[in-house]
Amino acid sequence: MDNPLNPNRKKQRIDDLAATAGTGGGAGSVAVADLTVGDAGHIAESTGVSLIASAWSRLRRDPVFLLGAFITLAFVLLAIFSPLIAPHDPTAGLLLKEVRPQTNPIPGARPGYPFGADSSGRDIFSRLIVGSRQTLIVGVMATLFGFIGGLTLGTLAGAIGGWVDSVVMRVVDVMLSIPSLLLAFSVAAIAARPSQWTVIVAIATVQVPIFARLLRGSMLAQRGSDHVLAARALGVKPSAIVFRHMLPNSLSPVIVQATLVVASAIIDAAALSFLGLGNPDDRQPEWGQMLGKAQQYIYDHPALAIWPALCIIVVALGFTLMGESLREALDPKSRR
Amino acid sequence: MTSMSASPSTHPSVHPGAGEPLLSVRDLRVTFQRQGQEPFEAVQGVSFDVRPGQTVGLVGESGCGKSVTSLAIMGLLPKHGNHVSGTVDYEGTNLLTLSDQEMRDKRGKDIAMVFQDPLSSLNPVVPIGIQVTEVLERHRGLSRKAATPVARDLLDRVGIPDPDRRLKDYPHQLSGGMRQRALIAIALACKPRLLIADEPTTALDVTIQAQILALLKELVQDTGTALVMITHDLGVIAGLCDEVNVLYGGRIVERGERHELFAQPRHPYTHGLLASIPRLDAPRGQRLQPIPGSVSDNLPWTHACAFAPRCSQPIEVCTQVMPELEEQHGRALRCHNPVEGHR
Ligand SMILES: Nc1ncnc2c1ncn2[C@@H]1O[C@H](COP(=O)(O)OP(=O)(O)O)[C@@H](O)[C@H]1O
Ligand SMILES: [Mg+2]
Repeated sequence: MDNPLNPNRKKQRIDDLAATAGTGGGAGSVAVADLTVGDAGHIAESTGVSLIASAWSRLRRDPVFLLGAFITLAFVLLAIFSPLIAPHDPTAGLLLKEVRPQTNPIPGARPGYPFGADSSGRDIFSRLIVGSRQTLIVGVMATLFGFIGGLTLGTLAGAIGGWVDSVVMRVVDVMLSIPSLLLAFSVAAIAARPSQWTVIVAIATVQVPIFARLLRGSMLAQRGSDHVLAARALGVKPSAIVFRHMLPNSLSPVIVQATLVVASAIIDAAALSFLGLGNPDDRQPEWGQMLGKAQQYIYDHPALAIWPALCIIVVALGFTLMGESLREALDPKSRR
Repeated sequence: MTSMSASPSTHPSVHPGAGEPLLSVRDLRVTFQRQGQEPFEAVQGVSFDVRPGQTVGLVGESGCGKSVTSLAIMGLLPKHGNHVSGTVDYEGTNLLTLSDQEMRDKRGKDIAMVFQDPLSSLNPVVPIGIQVTEVLERHRGLSRKAATPVARDLLDRVGIPDPDRRLKDYPHQLSGGMRQRALIAIALACKPRLLIADEPTTALDVTIQAQILALLKELVQDTGTALVMITHDLGVIAGLCDEVNVLYGGRIVERGERHELFAQPRHPYTHGLLASIPRLDAPRGQRLQPIPGSVSDNLPWTHACAFAPRCSQPIEVCTQVMPELEEQHGRALRCHNPVEGHR
């Protein structure tokens, strides 16, 4: 995550990313090797290498990307199949008899319970595994809603321009100038009853301006591009120019940003539930919430906090590594 | 030339018996105005005619205002930061006064354009077929399904082998020459009466250039499409154009029928351009004669001939008075001291 206290750095970073769409030709393809033809009158087959193909050939050999992709894939599979993988029911107080509220509130590790149980006697290992599902849902949904919101605002600003652009971008800049966690807290705190959905909406709100600025930047680059001029020279209608010619070519930096956003959404979601602004129902395990609950036992039982924290860090790292190497691979400036 | 009767530069004479012009550009001026900068007049009163089926060349070195002229005709200049004046009559309608909507209906249907760089002029994420059918759907009201066979025939017509497969290909899967063929197919899809080609071969290999020029020539002859050929390369003009306009510093400095102009260039700039082309029939050991200096040496047209600092035979008046465009026998010349005799 960027330093939330420095909105200018945040903006700069977004704009740099947007610029990659303008020069790179977007999600599609730009011929790298433009070979030519042999004898006159006969057209030889000569195929350029698309941006995606050349990016992929580099990513395939990039250990950072492979590590990130491995973590991400493992996490997604874990989240999907968590009920099958978890050895115990994460909501059942199986070790409740072992809990001694006065002397030893946390049952330690034992056969079948590698990380022990929490103060309600529930298996921590199973809770961590099943908690991945909440994390995935919140991370992906928040990113999706943020993406949709940013897409709408960014398209509006980049396609219409003029005063619409000015108004939208001033609102976006104001939102960007508020530290992202503070904004998320404010939105989450508005809700009468905190739930999983308030977390998703709060985090999505934070992502909207990032996606909006990013998309508007790459839409503007597209607006001045040759193929948009060529489409206009054919009398193509403005709506088709925007949706067929500008938008699809503006998406690649936005998609890269989305993988990075999942990482920060996971961290922010954990922060919100850690502070009690998340889903209060602890029958649904969630890493941030487990971290929050571990607070009162932090001196005697630090493992209770370390395990969920480690999960959050590793998963966020996985998405970040993948996103950053994707970004680098798709950035035409970094091509070798 | 100075003894020639001066006719107003805004009314070039009509070729006898050549019919009414399809496109008639009169005193076209384009001024770019950026905040905090001096206004810059990129096109300074350009006038020319294009008759149906005719191929007219617009020649001049880089930066002389060729692209700006073509964009102004098409109404494709940015909405802000420039001012266009004069008239662009297309079949009696002044295109400069049309609304955005009316102009959109004309572009691609009545007037089409082919640009310099075939790769960047195609949408990288849309298959070629969709890019051809798009314009058919737009202007001929065809459905995607009905337009596909038409698109296939068009690709076939411009010499793209295996058109059925190529319809599904993305631009990066085609070679440079094939991309330009595809762009020509798209431009001619709705049988426009006028095609503007802005340096269509500059980004291509020499062998491909010849193919594309031959294709353009064949297509405009077959369909009776009028062609405005914009180029910095007199070699392109030589094989293609009926009439040639030579541009310098945003103004036309010489105009003439192709053979006459090549046989007897009268403006020192045209003369210099021709002399700087390698000739096979030149005596051995004769060196090429490039025009000295660059566009940055130009004087302002307002009180001089812009070309004077680079001219091979300037006289005193060249740096004091702007020469007018004078017409005689279908040729026009803007020069105080023209080149005499045959080349
Ligand atoms: N959008 C623009 N804003 C300001 N100046 C421009 C713009 N487009 C072109 N020009 C200037 O107009 C002149 C003519 O450009 P152009 O018509 O593109 O030349 P060419 O003959 O090579 O096609 C150049 O000096 C160029 O710098
Ligand atoms: Mg040009």
